[in-house]
Amino acid sequence: MSDARAAKLVQVRDLKMHFPIHAGVLRTRVGEVKAVDGVSFDIYEGETLGLVGESGCGKSTCGRAVLRLYDLTSGSVRIDGTEIGDAGPQRLRRMRRVMQMVFQDPQASLNPRMTVAGIIGEPLVEHMKMSRKDRQERIYQLMDAVGLNRAFANRYPHEFSGGQRQRIGIARALALNPKFIICDEPIAALDVSIQAQVVNLLEDLQEEFGLTYLFISHDLSMVRHIADRVAVMYLGKIAELAPRDAIYAEPLHPYTQALLSAVPEPDPVLHDTQQRTVLKGDVPSPAKPPEGCNFCTRCPRVMDVCHRIDPEYREVAPGRYVACHLYNDAQTAEQTAAAMPA
Amino acid sequence: MPDGAQPVLDVRDLKTVFRTRSGEVHAVNSVSFDLRPGELLGVVGESGSGKSVTMMSLIGLVPMPPAEMRGGEVLFGGQDLLRAGPAAMRAIRGKRIGFVFQDPMTSLNPVFTVGYQLCEPLRRHMGLSKAAARKRAAELLDLVGIPDAARRLSDYPHQFSGGMRQRVMIAMALACDPEVLIADEPTTALDVTIQAQILELVKDLRQKLGMAIIWITHDLGVIAGIADRVLVMYGGQIVEHAPVRELFANPQHPYTRALLKTVPSVRGDRAPRLRVIEGQPPILTAAPDACPFRFRCGHRFDRCDAENPPRFPTGPAHDAACFWDPATDAPRNA
Repeated sequence: MSDARAAKLVQVRDLKMHFPIHAGVLRTRVGEVKAVDGVSFDIYEGETLGLVGESGCGKSTCGRAVLRLYDLTSGSVRIDGTEIGDAGPQRLRRMRRVMQMVFQDPQASLNPRMTVAGIIGEPLVEHMKMSRKDRQERIYQLMDAVGLNRAFANRYPHEFSGGQRQRIGIARALALNPKFIICDEPIAALDVSIQAQVVNLLEDLQEEFGLTYLFISHDLSMVRHIADRVAVMYLGKIAELAPRDAIYAEPLHPYTQALLSAVPEPDPVLHDTQQRTVLKGDVPSPAKPPEGCNFCTRCPRVMDVCHRIDPEYREVAPGRYVACHLYNDAQTAEQTAAAMPA
Repeated sequence: MPDGAQPVLDVRDLKTVFRTRSGEVHAVNSVSFDLRPGELLGVVGESGSGKSVTMMSLIGLVPMPPAEMRGGEVLFGGQDLLRAGPAAMRAIRGKRIGFVFQDPMTSLNPVFTVGYQLCEPLRRHMGLSKAAARKRAAELLDLVGIPDAARRLSDYPHQFSGGMRQRVMIAMALACDPEVLIADEPTTALDVTIQAQILELVKDLRQKLGMAIIWITHDLGVIAGIADRVLVMYGGQIVEHAPVRELFANPQHPYTRALLKTVPSVRGDRAPRLRVIEGQPPILTAAPDACPFRFRCGHRFDRCDAENPPRFPTGPAHDAACFWDPATDAPRNA
């Protein structure tokens, strides 16, 4: 469990990542895709924050933006006390040791022409002054840590299965002793029986090295297993963020409720009794999100106000954040109504 | 599920081998099952378990060579599909047996409109005129829940979202009123809320149209929700077969038992640590003369290395290909 009194390792404030859309012969800017549109959250030291949502909701972009793999549109990202939202290449390069990433597709994220030792050792060559012998020793240590046989150090990625390739990716991320690792769908490309192996490995490593994870996934049941707190994204915004047990037992946002009820349960008896909320329609394009609340086009509990005013993302109970008009108390609703021209 | 009824499709001892440079791959090894009228038969297994190749083999869609059918028969309406010629198969595929593939983007042709692609089987198999085919195509899109169906016929695949494209694929598979629908991981590429929509649609269509469906997936949650009977595949073989409730309540094969335990859930108790099936799925280059699961199995004994277990009946309509009996926790004396 996360200790609420632990230090905040990552603080993200009002993060925005917009991508321009160019069209026409002159490639003029005609609009923008608001992939991440004002996201704020903290990650405490040693915890795992799960970031879930459907494809296109901006969860991967959010993860990449937090590591500054993009130049941010606006917003602030503080990692381990250092602001990197506007950091230049020099400061960013120093920070790379602290923050690392495990990518979704181990096939695509490992260079097929480098050996395992070369892949795992590359961050060491880039960032550390190490003798060849020390580096070799460190590579072996890392291979031991992720459960790869040392004898395979000179093999190439194609000689490994998907699960083992993901272990190579994890070893590379661990090479510089980072504090913070973003796992972007690390198990999505793996078979069910292999997923459990990789998730258990990530948990062991977290305990051993005191790592902090941002675990991005669309798999709600895996996130329930690995995360201490969970953030649910929809169309570039966080709809709800809460401690794991609370959000799964009693989801507040109608989107979280629908998302959880859509997960098919591996139990035929439950299927017959369970009440399901099937959402109508598709996710709107992030290039032209609806006015008001971005979920108003599919929300089963939509109200008038939802089409006009974007609900504020606020703490409705200790540690529980939600952006929904259903949880705005009467006073706030009146104030906002009064502030709106009739 | 009507028991004892004449099966629509009867697959016996199907064997598919791929010849590769590094030797033969036994992708499908002695697979036998039947499909009964109106039922939904779920097929679960991990990648490489042979579930897709099995279905592709029986409708003649595996490329030969490198594939080679080593015997077996597929009886469909009194005809053996494995011995039917290409022309006969063309008349069956898409007309009497429809299919839906995993990725709706790659299985629709991007340069033709959805209406054109939907009319093609109608004109080819049903002999409809252009106007009649277009009218029927609009009805089909409407049936699978695409709003404003008549107008959307002129749209191209990229103008549809993933879930809508999968609906188009289903409409196309249903176009000629097939007796059998084979769906290969039809919801795997979709988000959960869209998957829920498609599953509702299929349940609804089954009631309306009453065809028999084979549904291939790796997702036990999906199987639990829609299947009547389930085949569990591992290493190119059927390792367990049971009615859906029986399978989840009383799994017999060590692989099924382990698989059901590794899958975490969004409801109920949360295990502090995930159960793991150690090791890797088998590479099927070795001759299938021993149990494919033996290297990952906790109940392995000498017989598992010497023989490939046949499917032992373990209860009414339930069988498992394993020498170990979970009821007694001892080897079977068969």
